[in-house]
Amino acid sequence: MPTKSLIVKNLVYGGFGPVSFGLHAGDCIGIFGESGCGKTRLLRSIADLDPHQGTVSLNDKDSLSMSAPHWRRRVAFLPSESQWWCDRVAGHFALPPEESDFNSLGLKPEMLQAEVSHLSSGEKQRLALLRTLKNSPAVLLLDEITAHLDFERAQLIERKIAELQSQQNLAVVWVSHNLEQLKRVCSKILYMKQGGTIVKKEIIK
Amino acid sequence: MIISLSWLDILLAALPLLLLIALLAYMRLGVSRQLLTGVLRTLVQLSLVGAVLTAVFANENPLWTIGFSMVMISAGTYEITRRQTRKFLAGWSVALSLIGLLSAAVLSTGYALMVVLDVDPWWKPQYAIPLLGMILGNTMNGVSLGLNTLTNGVWLQRAVIESRLALGQSAQEAVKDIKRDCLRNALTPIMNSLAVCGVVSLPGMMTGQILAGSDPQVAARYQMMIMYLIGTGCAAGCLVTVSLASHRLFDKRDRLRLDRLALK
Repeated sequence: MPTKSLIVKNLVYGGFGPVSFGLHAGDCIGIFGESGCGKTRLLRSIADLDPHQGTVSLNDKDSLSMSAPHWRRRVAFLPSESQWWCDRVAGHFALPPEESDFNSLGLKPEMLQAEVSHLSSGEKQRLALLRTLKNSPAVLLLDEITAHLDFERAQLIERKIAELQSQQNLAVVWVSHNLEQLKRVCSKILYMKQGGTIVKKEIIK
Repeated sequence: MIISLSWLDILLAALPLLLLIALLAYMRLGVSRQLLTGVLRTLVQLSLVGAVLTAVFANENPLWTIGFSMVMISAGTYEITRRQTRKFLAGWSVALSLIGLLSAAVLSTGYALMVVLDVDPWWKPQYAIPLLGMILGNTMNGVSLGLNTLTNGVWLQRAVIESRLALGQSAQEAVKDIKRDCLRNALTPIMNSLAVCGVVSLPGMMTGQILAGSDPQVAARYQMMIMYLIGTGCAAGCLVTVSLASHRLFDKRDRLRLDRLALK
């Protein structure tokens, strides 16, 4: 049994929690629960974007032992709606991704020159995933990232994530309203109730 | 020969404006009450200041000069704080405004008195107070604009900022674009004045000096000095306030802390 890569211990955040769970490298864990039960805030607290109590560690290193920007590159949060601040896609990439990375998500390298406002939400969401992957994170925290996409586009993303899990040992925490999706992609699902506590664990595979 | 102005002359000067205010009121255009308040405030405030300055100039005492300067800086701080649509909680709006105005006052007025004009003694009220007044008035506008642009910009762009943080940018990298907008907004009025003064408009101070009987060339040189000092004060005040404020919006773990701003 490999040691857990991400360990969340007694996390209390903005009136939610406490939440504790662990995750192996290469594993994907799902979090399911109704709106407002604190799923997004949980991911944000793990990424240290919100103040919280309790500890989060990666490979036995506490989040507080490294700078916040460094932690967030290792434990990367991806919001449900991608955000852009330059006119063109290329402005958001320090180094352009490989052509194969574009292809694996059904995107084209020419999109780097595109204006962000001309892209569909599906294209933006996949480009945002590429952008985050350029930091080579050890853990991905996905917040409903396929909520606005059709089934096919969602599957492209699911396949890419599965590939990263097996090839690069990426660990994933996946928050979704879509239980079918979680059952496809996760090995374990945590059910959250109002107040942010975990009431049930279900082993999928 | 200087034409001295009597109170009757002041009334004459205000007459056309008062008639316009009456017309605006008659047309129910809504700004008349505010304009009239402004007319009255100018009358009361400038009369008071004239009387107080006469007293301050008569008693050459550094405590009087410094005391009067503190009153001006406090009034400026109050005005900046009042104009903020999203105030910092726990007195930080006041602190940030005050430190901006203080740095402008020290860097620009202090420098002018001690180095440029080399006034003896440096606190001589005839020089210190008018200079400080010109600089504070302009700096106050700049700081107030800059702070407003920052807090509103960050509020509206919180999702973008947090995305940038999530991608591993530091807090200051994540607000860099907004900070640039802030400084541009805050410094636009003074940049415009520097660019057009003497061509499109004759600055108020220079006009006053010429009307009061000065040689236009002397007045022009005084105006240049004033313009540069105002630029220094504005730039220094805005830089200090906006930089400190942008740090106050994040905590030590580079988290965006909008809970440090009051709701509208």
